[in-house]
Amino acid sequence: MELRLKNVSHAYGGTEVLRDITLTIPEGKIVCIVGPSGCGKSTLLRMMGGLEKPDAGEILQVGAPPEGCLNPLTYVFQDFALLPWRSVAGNIALALEDHRLGRRQRQAIVADVLARTGLSDFAGALPRQLSGGMKQRVAIARALAVNPAVMLLDEPLSALDAQTRELLMDDLIGLWTRAPFTAVYVTHNLAEAVRLGHAIVVLSRRPGAIRELVAIDAPLEARDMSDPGLAAKQQHLWHLMRDEARAADAELADV
Amino acid sequence: MSEIRPVPFRGGGFRPQVRRWVGFVVFVLLIAIAEWGTRTGWISNLTLPRPSDVLATFGELWQSGLLFKHLLPSLSRLAVGAALGVSVGVSVGVLIGLFSYVRAGLVPVVAALFPIPKIALLPLFVIWFGIDEGSKYALIAFGTFTPTVVATYGAVDNVDRTLIRMGQSFGLTWWSIVRKIVLPGAMPGILSGLRISLAIGIILLVAAEMLGAEYGIGAYILEAGSLYDLERLFAGVVILSILGVIVSSAITMIEKRLLRWRG
Repeated sequence: MELRLKNVSHAYGGTEVLRDITLTIPEGKIVCIVGPSGCGKSTLLRMMGGLEKPDAGEILQVGAPPEGCLNPLTYVFQDFALLPWRSVAGNIALALEDHRLGRRQRQAIVADVLARTGLSDFAGALPRQLSGGMKQRVAIARALAVNPAVMLLDEPLSALDAQTRELLMDDLIGLWTRAPFTAVYVTHNLAEAVRLGHAIVVLSRRPGAIRELVAIDAPLEARDMSDPGLAAKQQHLWHLMRDEARAADAELADV
Repeated sequence: MSEIRPVPFRGGGFRPQVRRWVGFVVFVLLIAIAEWGTRTGWISNLTLPRPSDVLATFGELWQSGLLFKHLLPSLSRLAVGAALGVSVGVSVGVLIGLFSYVRAGLVPVVAALFPIPKIALLPLFVIWFGIDEGSKYALIAFGTFTPTVVATYGAVDNVDRTLIRMGQSFGLTWWSIVRKIVLPGAMPGILSGLRISLAIGIILLVAAEMLGAEYGIGAYILEAGSLYDLERLFAGVVILSILGVIVSSAITMIEKRLLRWRG
């Protein structure tokens, strides 16, 4: 399934946050959205999943979701959003409970995604017993459980420390290589974008508009950050963003 | 030659720690002072009954079987009244937390009802619900209702909105979100509200038994009071205190079971 945005604009009160965004998320690719803080990238992601309505423009799903898909547009949140009173397996089962699935089938799905994310030994643990990285793995497992058409990742690694971030990026690449999924990945971390994105959308500062679309052709699993080509891409992204990031940083909050 | 000295420690403190026996010692000490004071005549018998006499009265109450004759009706009034008040209170509180119109309509009503001394309404309740058990249930139910409502909608307001957004993003039904996310998330607040509501319920027990009650701890205390029988008055008060401690520790046990996830 493909996701298509046509001339999407949005304003909060009098503040224009997004201006005329037209973008296609192709099937089986990861599209990263980067931009200075306050450029509306998280808002854009919430719109793609139907958690917020744009003032103007439309967001279209093109094509049928894959077979066995329970929730076509599925989020992974920055702060994990796990229910603290449910075990790891219970949190994953939550996404399945409102669907007509047999007990067996549900257990099979939970066991499968736990195995894919390396969490099989933690099925009975409570969220508070897990590290940040493990919590985000549970959230990713929960997203995989509904077999989404498009995964919407909202700064999924921002709440984690640098080492855990590396480990989880490897996990995400491993998951994608084994079974390519479509994803929109919002981040402010350029290294993550260059590592994980097939295409990188650079948004300008408020109101957010597309400044440039950078494509990276190197296959995900073969990307080595010491490769001068990738380093040059990252440098290029930083050049695009630096002045605006500085301006965004110096701005007073007025809302 | 420079002076060498250890870095002085200046951290610590400001952290409550468990000291189980202290509460018990304070109790024993207070009772011992009362006993000693009344025995030496330093405290007159009109001011305070002798603790040992209170204990003796309590023993008589136990042996004559009157204790349970008074205790059982009181407990059933408390149970029925509090169950009514708390269950209606939790439901109304959840509705206020979930629906803006219900909130706009009912929050002022609850704020108006909360400060009314429910005892003042007892004559009215007698007319409405009859002089028998009905008015007693109503008084206790009404008294436990308001604090439960306030605690419950506060608790629902405090449920993490990101969890609710998560539920919506996975396409959970409205009812599933309420049942699996809102209610468990509000449970800590609801239980601490329950602690206050039930204590108020015990307070109102005495008031409820002011009119038309032959048996009951409240009736027993009121009768002793009008006869200025301090030993019996205190025996009754001690029973209420013990009831309060039991209810409070029962809630602690429920909290430990239901809120195990908080660790």
